Amino acid sequence: MKITGDSPPVLTALDRPNSYIGRSVPRPNLQRLTQGRGQYISDVTLPRMAHVAFVRSPHAHARIKSITAAATKKSLGVIAVVTGAELAKVMTPWVGVLTHLKGLKSAPQYPIAIERACWQGEAVCAVVARTRAEAEDGCELVDVKYEALPAVTDPETALDKKTPVIHSSLGDNLCFERKLDVGAVDKAFAESDAVVETTFMFGRHTGVCTEPRSVVADWNEGEQRMTVYHGTQAPHMMQNLFAKHLDLAEQQVRVLTKDVGGSFGIKVHTYADEMATVALSKLLKRPVKFVADRIESFVTDIHARDHRVKAKIGVNKDGTITAFEIDALTGIGPYSVYPRTSGIEANQVVNLVGGPYACANYRAQARVVFQNKNVMCQYRAVGHPIAVAVTEGLVELAAAKIGMDPLEIRRRNLIADDAYPCASASGLKFEKLSHHESLAHLDSMMNYAGLRAEQKKLRAQKIYRGIGFASFIEVTNPSAAFYGVGGAKISSQDGATVKLDAQGAIVVHSGVTEQGQGAEAVLAQCVASSFGVSIDKVRVVTGDTDNTPYGGGTWASRAAGIGGEAAWQAGKALRGNVLAVAASILQAKPEELDIRNGIVVDKANGTERLPLDELARIAYFRPDTLPPGFQAELMATRHYVPRAWPFAFTNGIQASYLEVDTDTGFVKLLKHWCVEDCGTIINPQLVDEQIRGGVVQGIGAALFEHCLYDDRGQMLNGNMADYLVPMAAEMPDIDCGHVVSPTADSELGAKGAGEAGTAGAPACVMNAINDALRPLGAKGLTDMPFTPDKILRALGKV
Amino acid sequence: MKPAPFAYKKVRTLKEAIALLAKHKDDARLLAGGQSLIATLNMRLSAPDLLIDINGIKGLDGIARKGKFIEIGALARHSQVERSDLIAKHAPLIALAMPHIGHAAIRNRGTFGGSIAFADPAAELPACLLALGGEVVATGPKGKRTIKAENFFKGLFETALGSKDVLTAIRIPIADKNSRAGFAELARRHGDYAIVGLAAYARANGKGLSNVRLAFFGVGATPMRVRKAEAALADGDVDAAVAALDLDPDDDVQASGAVKKHLAGVLLRRVAKQLMEAR
Repeated sequence: MKITGDSPPVLTALDRPNSYIGRSVPRPNLQRLTQGRGQYISDVTLPRMAHVAFVRSPHAHARIKSITAAATKKSLGVIAVVTGAELAKVMTPWVGVLTHLKGLKSAPQYPIAIERACWQGEAVCAVVARTRAEAEDGCELVDVKYEALPAVTDPETALDKKTPVIHSSLGDNLCFERKLDVGAVDKAFAESDAVVETTFMFGRHTGVCTEPRSVVADWNEGEQRMTVYHGTQAPHMMQNLFAKHLDLAEQQVRVLTKDVGGSFGIKVHTYADEMATVALSKLLKRPVKFVADRIESFVTDIHARDHRVKAKIGVNKDGTITAFEIDALTGIGPYSVYPRTSGIEANQVVNLVGGPYACANYRAQARVVFQNKNVMCQYRAVGHPIAVAVTEGLVELAAAKIGMDPLEIRRRNLIADDAYPCASASGLKFEKLSHHESLAHLDSMMNYAGLRAEQKKLRAQKIYRGIGFASFIEVTNPSAAFYGVGGAKISSQDGATVKLDAQGAIVVHSGVTEQGQGAEAVLAQCVASSFGVSIDKVRVVTGDTDNTPYGGGTWASRAAGIGGEAAWQAGKALRGNVLAVAASILQAKPEELDIRNGIVVDKANGTERLPLDELARIAYFRPDTLPPGFQAELMATRHYVPRAWPFAFTNGIQASYLEVDTDTGFVKLLKHWCVEDCGTIINPQLVDEQIRGGVVQGIGAALFEHCLYDDRGQMLNGNMADYLVPMAAEMPDIDCGHVVSPTADSELGAKGAGEAGTAGAPACVMNAINDALRPLGAKGLTDMPFTPDKILRALGKV
Repeated sequence: MKPAPFAYKKVRTLKEAIALLAKHKDDARLLAGGQSLIATLNMRLSAPDLLIDINGIKGLDGIARKGKFIEIGALARHSQVERSDLIAKHAPLIALAMPHIGHAAIRNRGTFGGSIAFADPAAELPACLLALGGEVVATGPKGKRTIKAENFFKGLFETALGSKDVLTAIRIPIADKNSRAGFAELARRHGDYAIVGLAAYARANGKGLSNVRLAFFGVGATPMRVRKAEAALADGDVDAAVAALDLDPDDDVQASGAVKKHLAGVLLRRVAKQLMEAR
């Protein structure tokens, strides 16, 4: 019997007839979402569903002496009051470590604190009730007696002998440390014409999602199965973790994501309150819902950045950069977040500093310490905004010191466009980057010479405008090198299954997920193009561990580059299978046929031979008319993982043009540009919107967003009035330009584009502010966010 | 973020509202636009037993000229005031301030009376009322009375309204050809509460100014008049006015007290320029 397997690749080019690659196709979920017909986790309602609210520690560090809940148990609608000790019988604790981050340590974390609360906002007791309001009423009646313990809040003193150790079992407050010394750094500094040193500060901030974290867990006692509706970026990762800590087989857990209202890296971690919700469902044998409100989001959603970086650059009079040196310190809260750890951001800073430049001398030290504040972990562009601001801040300071134009010093030091493949001083491997072409494109796009002339003219009128730049590299399409090698069950491969339905339309199931960024549009474009149908014939299904191929989900700018390639290959495989059916019906050779716009045609001249609906009718309902022994296979699956390179690095350069009001310290953003190279562009509009959205979050870091804590570990501005997210009225127009250097690791050649904007924007806003204020002799501003307060102080006005 | 349980009563007459207030006293709150109240309820910063919804009371949302005053009904929405020709003509300071109040969605719901009664020290309208020398009309069990703006704002979120009073209208003296208005505020993002703001009124007096009234907001527990600076400005000396600013604002999460004070001086210069320019 002849069984036609999935066909080997037929075409290698992207220039298929009716290709959607490179076209701004509207996303397929646009109408549904804009008509208010999305279904988010907060929309999920199940029979017998209960709601949980948490009593949270008001102290940054406290011993829990007693929890009295008699009044709560009598409160209207309350179903259960559950403490950490009770929940620990259902769910095991976790420890956020990775073996490839050598020495990284952390303490066991429970879904609800047991003996001690280690940050303000940590859950200490759960109240389950008929409604969220009743659960909150019940929380108010829980009487928790605390014994306040000294709070460790300042990273600078976290390792001092007299500072209390947060987890005595760990011996000290050091989570992770990394040192790197490449080339001859001391010699290079000694021989440099000039050395510039400064300290950069990066405020703690967070990714504020439109939809807060949310989960509905439904333990089915009859089926012994847990269904979790979860607004997550990584459903298979969560399936593994829920199963592991409930002592279930993965098969007993199904994770469904539904629509997700923004993630930015916030929703790719294990949160104690979400784990507790799942455990409560198992304990109470009924569905339980948790939707974080804004107030608890600010003290429980992961925070990020919070770095102090002492940094140094050596430069010669001709502009040659001779060496970089950094000493980074960050406080990450009381636990390393599970399973990705809280060591990655500092590790990335070490990896990325100096990355765009051909400078062989580099020394770095990074220390990650525990403290009694909310946990920190990976948020959009992990480490990049810090590394780029340090590098680019140093480069512009060096340029100013030797009196060289900031674009010229970059021209003299950026890795040459014909130098690839090559590696950075820190060992990052680059397949193909385009720093110089990107810079040239930016130079003409922004009319740099014209802007400099305008800036000079306006200075005479006491109007202080600044121009700042940031070259950058971005980690995308990670291979197993990111997490898999460290022992975390986070898949770097991803899959797509493509099925021909009985009317000739296509259904795609993908392991990557839609967070509102348009991943489903990209998947549909890939399949429509490689298979050969119009895009309205393609339906995309994501976010269901029972039904989609196993995959990593959406993070590290991987959905298009990895998920898209799997979808492209699956579409191609199905085309081969369909052409085998067509050939048997038409008594033709498969290789002489093609599928174009939903019709099987002669490849040579496009003559229409057989519509797909007719082919499907025959294959599904009259297979008896096909040749004996022939079996149609109208579903195909392909997986993809980057193998040739650990990461597909992208690159680019951004510029900011702004005006500083020297009386008020207010910054008015006038314009922003970004030229970036993400390889093959599948959907230009979605790429540009990723860049723009990323730039806005980067501007948030530079000017607005800051989780303010006092020295007792209390967050002072955890609400939407006092924590300033960037808003449209203050944002400049953002122009995007592109250079295209496809990766040869995949047929599509697409790299990621999700984080480039966030990586570079803070650096160039910082450089532009300093450029504006330089003629006034202001102190260099290196402490983000740049508030009116800090700018006025730098100007000596207060 | 769900409010504690409360009873809700939608009233149709002022009498009904006053009777309920008299009965429940401090355990009841009036609900008008709800733009501040609902947020405080949801954050459980406030947990009244009863909400008395006054939105159904007819005749409380008018804007009309009454003799030497413009009278704005307590339930007039900010957006209604913002678009009013009468306000633009007779109360230009209010018209200048309106676009700075929150965002369009907030202005569509929020009421003029609610903003005055809530008396947020960083809000625009209390400062405008103080600068304009306006009056508040309160109606209680014993009938109507008027309270001058300078006697109305008593402390942080504290006013001269009694627990049985409903704020029913605001009266603003009508501007004439010699009236001057100035307004400026500094907020990190458009629509935020100001770090510091200034509402100003003066009369043109030849080439100079007289009757200068400067009301700063965001610098203390209430909108603040700065009488020494007013006198200096009436003398035509802007530098002296800035030097005479006797403000001592506290630090807050957006700015230190020192920065607020510096910014108050910057605003004073900017607003003085507005006042001196012909209307």
